[in-house]
Amino acid sequence: MDDKLVIAGQELSSRLFIGTGKFHSHRVIPEVINRSGAQVVTVALRRVNLDYPEENMLNYIPDGCIIMPNTSGARNAEEAVRIARIARAACGSNWIKIEVINDNKYLLPDNYETIKATEILVKEGFIVLPYMSPDLIDARRLRDAGAAAVMPLGAPIGTNKGLKARELIKIMIDEIDLPVIVDAGLGRPSHAAEAMEMGAAAVLVNTAIATADDPVAMAEAFSLAVKAGRMAYLAGMGAVKEYAEASSPLTGFLR
Amino acid sequence: MSFYDVYLKYKGFDFEGFLNSVTDSQIMKILSKEKLNDLDFLALLSDKAKEYLEPMAIKARQLTLKNFGRAILLYTPLYLSNYCVNQCAYCGFNCKNKIARKKLSLDEVRKEAEAIASTGLKHILILTGESRKHTPVSYIKSCVEVLKDYFSSISIEVYPLDTEEYAELIEAGVDGLTLYQETYDDELYMEVHLKGPKRNYRYRLDAPERACMASMRCVNIGALLGLNDWQKEAFFTGLHASYLQDKYPDVEISVSLPRLRPHFGNFTPRSPVSDKDLVQIMLAIRLFMPRAGITISTRERPQLRDNLIGLGVTKLSAGSSTQVGGHAIEDKGDGQFDIADTRSVAQIRDMLYSKGFQPVFKDWQAI
Repeated sequence: MDDKLVIAGQELSSRLFIGTGKFHSHRVIPEVINRSGAQVVTVALRRVNLDYPEENMLNYIPDGCIIMPNTSGARNAEEAVRIARIARAACGSNWIKIEVINDNKYLLPDNYETIKATEILVKEGFIVLPYMSPDLIDARRLRDAGAAAVMPLGAPIGTNKGLKARELIKIMIDEIDLPVIVDAGLGRPSHAAEAMEMGAAAVLVNTAIATADDPVAMAEAFSLAVKAGRMAYLAGMGAVKEYAEASSPLTGFLR
Repeated sequence: MSFYDVYLKYKGFDFEGFLNSVTDSQIMKILSKEKLNDLDFLALLSDKAKEYLEPMAIKARQLTLKNFGRAILLYTPLYLSNYCVNQCAYCGFNCKNKIARKKLSLDEVRKEAEAIASTGLKHILILTGESRKHTPVSYIKSCVEVLKDYFSSISIEVYPLDTEEYAELIEAGVDGLTLYQETYDDELYMEVHLKGPKRNYRYRLDAPERACMASMRCVNIGALLGLNDWQKEAFFTGLHASYLQDKYPDVEISVSLPRLRPHFGNFTPRSPVSDKDLVQIMLAIRLFMPRAGITISTRERPQLRDNLIGLGVTKLSAGSSTQVGGHAIEDKGDGQFDIADTRSVAQIRDMLYSKGFQPVFKDWQAI
């Protein structure tokens, strides 16, 4: 089955993106990436430590992966833009995940500032993947600003609650002609499968994999769930029905 | 509105009556809640809650892992000066104490910075006593200029400043503030702060908020545990943190739990805080504020610090010295207090790895 995800002209065979922030050691990251087959890996610039090779996350990401730095720590568009520019130089990647958060209690993204940052960074030649609160109108604005994909949260980051924003994300998938990547809140492989069955282009997972007792095995479990969910979506699932449907229909006598 | 209004709301509260009335069913209900209110938090500081430390710890561990992952930020203090005009009964820098006073020259700051940076640390906390004559804001600013070459995050723990002064230091490259109220009890505050500008309770109480207004990135508060009844102090610390987090959601708020340590002088803590009390405070704060940072410094001994990993702590100091020039200068000034965990940065790093946690050396990038 030829089912490639294409972002900014790049063909990706894996629809599982991995976050790197919460692992017990950088040393586990190569195996997590290899076992999951992930090709896109996000790294917070704030954690990139070029002065200390042993502690530098970038040294643990296998060749061939696309490094997508993120702007974690940015409180507004201006800070996101500044972080993105430093990240491009530090990580040697044109991809950027814009993350603008000015609410430390719930860590919800600020869509307004995210749109402003996207407008600027697209013009500077970045491949911009904005992290956002699920909202169709803002997703359209991001598309118009030139975003390469949109990344709505499934639930507040780190909560492992699953696809709580399901209805809003569904609308985005139906209406936006950009890849919709569910980022944040997915706590179990079944959550990831659910997002993929619904038609999400990909998912991004960190907490659920990084804080598992066996992160490598959990990464593989997510990978399998993402594949299963995607396959089910492509296969065309039967509709969910409210009532049982008798094999001898009640209105069969009308035929 | 200032946090002082919140303080006044609870100042006359019958803490003893409330804490003694907490029941098992109350605690069990609180443990099943996702969002705790002020009095839920207070109930978790009761003697009754002490019987529930294990379930509290399990929940605190889950919350900490979800919010911060298996990662602990490392930093170290750098004492710039121990000149002080205050007379704080509990502090080694008390101006009446006959100790070796010293202020680092900028060259010495560079030497200290080089020594600290060679351990891999990228987060530094700079400290002074309170002396606008010896260590004015302009001096702190000059030190920050030097330190920027070595560190990606610079926090200050200095005397309280005006909003404009905080803004000036942020502009210079400071991104974090640590400021302890010492005690939230305004009467006791006057008793232990015998002389000096520090006697202005309100000015100190509102300082973290002034830093938030100036757009400080991280603000860390705390009470000096041992000065007063710890349940009240922990309660007000949590309320203060929560007040700041609600009002300034763009600032990362964190809490330190410093216990009084032996120091030059003869002050005896009025209300000693046991290890069990300290753990209870930390767990209650984590349950009340799942997103708050929690710092445990080298005031605590290795065995205790190691066991707190994973329960709520997000930041640890390492390779610490409270002496002025303690890292690389031969002619040192005397220290503020004795530290209990003298392990090097490498030893703390190895300990974290052995416990399944990642030591984070860099978690900010000056932009």
